[in-house]
Amino acid sequence: MLAGLTVLDLARFQFAMTTVFHFFFVPFSIGMALLTAIMETLYVRKKQAVYLKMAKFWGRIFLLSFAVGVVTGIIQEFQFGMNWSNYSRFMGDIFGAPLAIEALLAFFMESTFIGLWMFTWDRFKPAAHAALIWFVWLGTTLSAIWILSANSFMQHPTGFAINPATGRVKLVDFGAVILNPQLWVEFPHVIFGAFTTASFAVVGMAAWQLLKKRDVDFFQKSLRIGLIVGLVSVVGAIGVGDTQTQFIIKDQPMKFAATEGIYKDTGDPAAWTLVELIDTKKHTVKGNIEIPYLLSLLSYHKANGSVKGMDTVNAELQRKYGKDKDYYVPVKTLFWSFRVMAGGGVLLALLAVLGLWFSRKKKDTLLNQRWLLYLLGLALWLPFIINTAGWFITELGRYPWVVYGLYTIADAVSPTTTVPQLLITNIVYFLLFTMLGGVMIYYCRRVLKQGPDGPLDTDYGTSDPFAKEAFAK
Amino acid sequence: MTALQLLWFLLLAVLFIGFFFLDGFDFGVGMATRLLAHDEAERTQLVSTIGPHWDGNEVWLITAGGAMFASYPLWYASLFSGFYLLFFLVLVGLIIRGVAFEFAAHAETERGRSIWRWALFFGSIIPPFFLGMIFTAIIQPLPIDQAGNVFATFGNQVNLLTIVGGVAVVLMCLMHGLNFIRLKTEGPLRQRARALNAKLAWVLYAGEVVFAALVFFMTDFFKARPVSTTLIVVLIVVAAVAAHYGAVKDRELLSFISSGAGLALVVALIFNGLFPRVMIGVNPAHSILIQDASASPLTLTIMTVVTCILLPIALGYFIWSYVVFHKRVAAK
Ligand code: HDD
Ligand code: HEM
Ligand code: HEM
Repeated sequence: MLAGLTVLDLARFQFAMTTVFHFFFVPFSIGMALLTAIMETLYVRKKQAVYLKMAKFWGRIFLLSFAVGVVTGIIQEFQFGMNWSNYSRFMGDIFGAPLAIEALLAFFMESTFIGLWMFTWDRFKPAAHAALIWFVWLGTTLSAIWILSANSFMQHPTGFAINPATGRVKLVDFGAVILNPQLWVEFPHVIFGAFTTASFAVVGMAAWQLLKKRDVDFFQKSLRIGLIVGLVSVVGAIGVGDTQTQFIIKDQPMKFAATEGIYKDTGDPAAWTLVELIDTKKHTVKGNIEIPYLLSLLSYHKANGSVKGMDTVNAELQRKYGKDKDYYVPVKTLFWSFRVMAGGGVLLALLAVLGLWFSRKKKDTLLNQRWLLYLLGLALWLPFIINTAGWFITELGRYPWVVYGLYTIADAVSPTTTVPQLLITNIVYFLLFTMLGGVMIYYCRRVLKQGPDGPLDTDYGTSDPFAKEAFAK
Repeated sequence: MTALQLLWFLLLAVLFIGFFFLDGFDFGVGMATRLLAHDEAERTQLVSTIGPHWDGNEVWLITAGGAMFASYPLWYASLFSGFYLLFFLVLVGLIIRGVAFEFAAHAETERGRSIWRWALFFGSIIPPFFLGMIFTAIIQPLPIDQAGNVFATFGNQVNLLTIVGGVAVVLMCLMHGLNFIRLKTEGPLRQRARALNAKLAWVLYAGEVVFAALVFFMTDFFKARPVSTTLIVVLIVVAAVAAHYGAVKDRELLSFISSGAGLALVVALIFNGLFPRVMIGVNPAHSILIQDASASPLTLTIMTVVTCILLPIALGYFIWSYVVFHKRVAAK
């Protein structure tokens, strides 16, 4: 049908499109909840009105992100059944539980406390009100743990057996699913990434306002909070990223070799390639710019040791899982995504250091460094790109598996779904997302334009429904 | 069938009941923004009654879906893939509705605001309508293959029973919402909601008779479980009468509880009739049974423990939030 598009292609496209879109808002919400909570806590501690304004102002942006995060999340939950029904049958015994726990533990918490937080500014004492937003943040973070435990199982299955009668996965050790080593590198990395995202978003938005010299004190204070949290988080993400690298070298060597674009085993010590041109047909690379020793250092934290190339790994995997297929992953995407993610992370860290230096208490000259404010303003978009690149590595790097070593993507798709159905849904989702993204950005800009003195509160009603008069005839 | 399997079948019913009871009224309030409110001020008043709650209410649907995945993966897989386009439409409705609350608060022009208000209105009709269709489609025999794939035809999804089912759920949500409005507002809206409810009661009676007749002819419920099915149908009518009585006599809480009970009983009717199946095959040998569709005993045990701990805690703050916002919303 239609230019050879298969159900599998379209289902994969749909998954990638909807999760990537969901994950623009997810880290933004998780991080904004944290920053808003920090700002409101500063108000409780220092009692300065500017922090209250800050919490309310950035809280409005948080709420916008949250709304889009929620509606795109529901698609995720439904699409496992809709597009990947064989996968759901195969994985249900393990996959469903984290999802259900996520809802019971995290989604109820987020949604209830966000409702309370939004409407009770005048009802509760400041400290109690600040506690509400901390619960919202806790909810978002707990939700990340549970969904990532499901994702980690797909990267590195633990605590399961294959049921001989059905050929499906069966849970044998729930503890092992939760203590999956993959999860405990993936979760901190994602969470630090989320804090990074929101911090630099706040920094960027504040920087644009500072360029226009609007509400200077307010935006400068916001910017500094963003820079501090941002620096800590991005350094955290980089640190954990290093641990993750150590992990996947052993666990998914194909993924690692692809992120480094290595077909043949490297020499010892191994040099790190900054850029190269990759020929995926002939399995050759050229035009490399190399830095000696660095790959050994990055991979093993010492100045020697060689790294296995994809051709070697493929031969190993064929011995293990069968010669009927190749185990190469989309090399170019992984190679460049990795450079975007790691390079972007380092760049953000540098920008944060520069920003903090120029805005230091003793000699604050940040307002005069217009070049830096421009850079910070542009860096607003970078974390979103970095996050997406990270997921491309993680998810495409386990090709052809959907559950590593157990179940392939081709087997996972719903047998009942048809190409026209997927075309319709893909097109409608695409249009909806474009609209949601556009409106969201537009309204964020309006919030910024209105500034910290714009409309912030919603007020609430008067008499009691369970009072006597409600029952009066 | 084990006790755990039975427990989780019941728990799923409970979660869906929670969803229809809670999101039911806020769908109804969403519909009332066009059917009851006369101007933007009244619309705002209505939306304020559900502002802090709608997301939490919707989490009941998400929890029900997640719990179905966890406890009955084969049911989840067959159901969601089999009714692909209907679920897709539910999603579209939930998406435009979910952002409408927040976006309307930011709109600067009359027109911008009115777009999101309309999105709320349609987003409050679409999900209950198509969920109603899905739930009445799965109580009729479906073409299911040996692997459990549902190849639902157009006729399986759109027929007299599913259309009546969809409309009935929408109507019940609307009436439930009106009863919520009677509890939560003051001023003219409260009186108008009562009057509209009393009128709609007659439509609901007619709808319930048609629905019961269609269930009789198009499903095996009355044959498979004559006593319980009849009993639940009678209770559904009783709930409608009680809600009507509450509207006539101005007993607001009675109406609200009764209209919610009506929705709950519809879910009960469906689960009761399905039992011990979860999907009914045209070829009975291919029906998907509770005993085959569930997750392993270990997963069910873990989920039971987790639910026993987490659900009461969640219910605690969930109810607390209703207590915090127990006051009536006045017209501005
Ligand atoms: C690392 C974190 C993370 C990841 C990988 C995902 N999500 Fe998500 N999700 C969240 C973190 C999150 C969140 C922070 O909790 C959200 C985003 C913003 C928000 O409103 O809550 C959310 C919202 C959200 C909702 C709506 C919750 C509500 O109504 O309150 C659902 C149903 C899902 N997600 C489901 C999923 C599924 C099935 C995913 C797998 C593909 C997924 N999410 C990936
Ligand atoms: C929210 C962050 C996530 C992003 C941005 C993301 C991104 C992606 C991308 C880009 C693909 C590749 C699609 C393709 O092959 O063309 C993919 C596939 C997939 N991912 Fe994720 N993913 C995320 C989280 C998750 C989580 C948490 C799970 C499971 C719990 C998951 C399960 C899957 C599945 C089942 C596929 C389909 C198989 C495939 O095509 O590779 N993903 N995802
Ligand atoms: C030099 C710095 C970094 C290194 C070495 C690094 C390393 C990695 C590695 C190896 C993976 C793949 C893990 C897997 O497949 O299991 C990954 C994934 C990812 N990275 Fe990074 N990373 C760095 C910086 C960042 C930054 C700054 C962000 C966000 C702002 C980020 C966001 C992500 C995300 C969202 C994923 C996908 C989820 C996951 O598997 O953890 N990374 N990173």
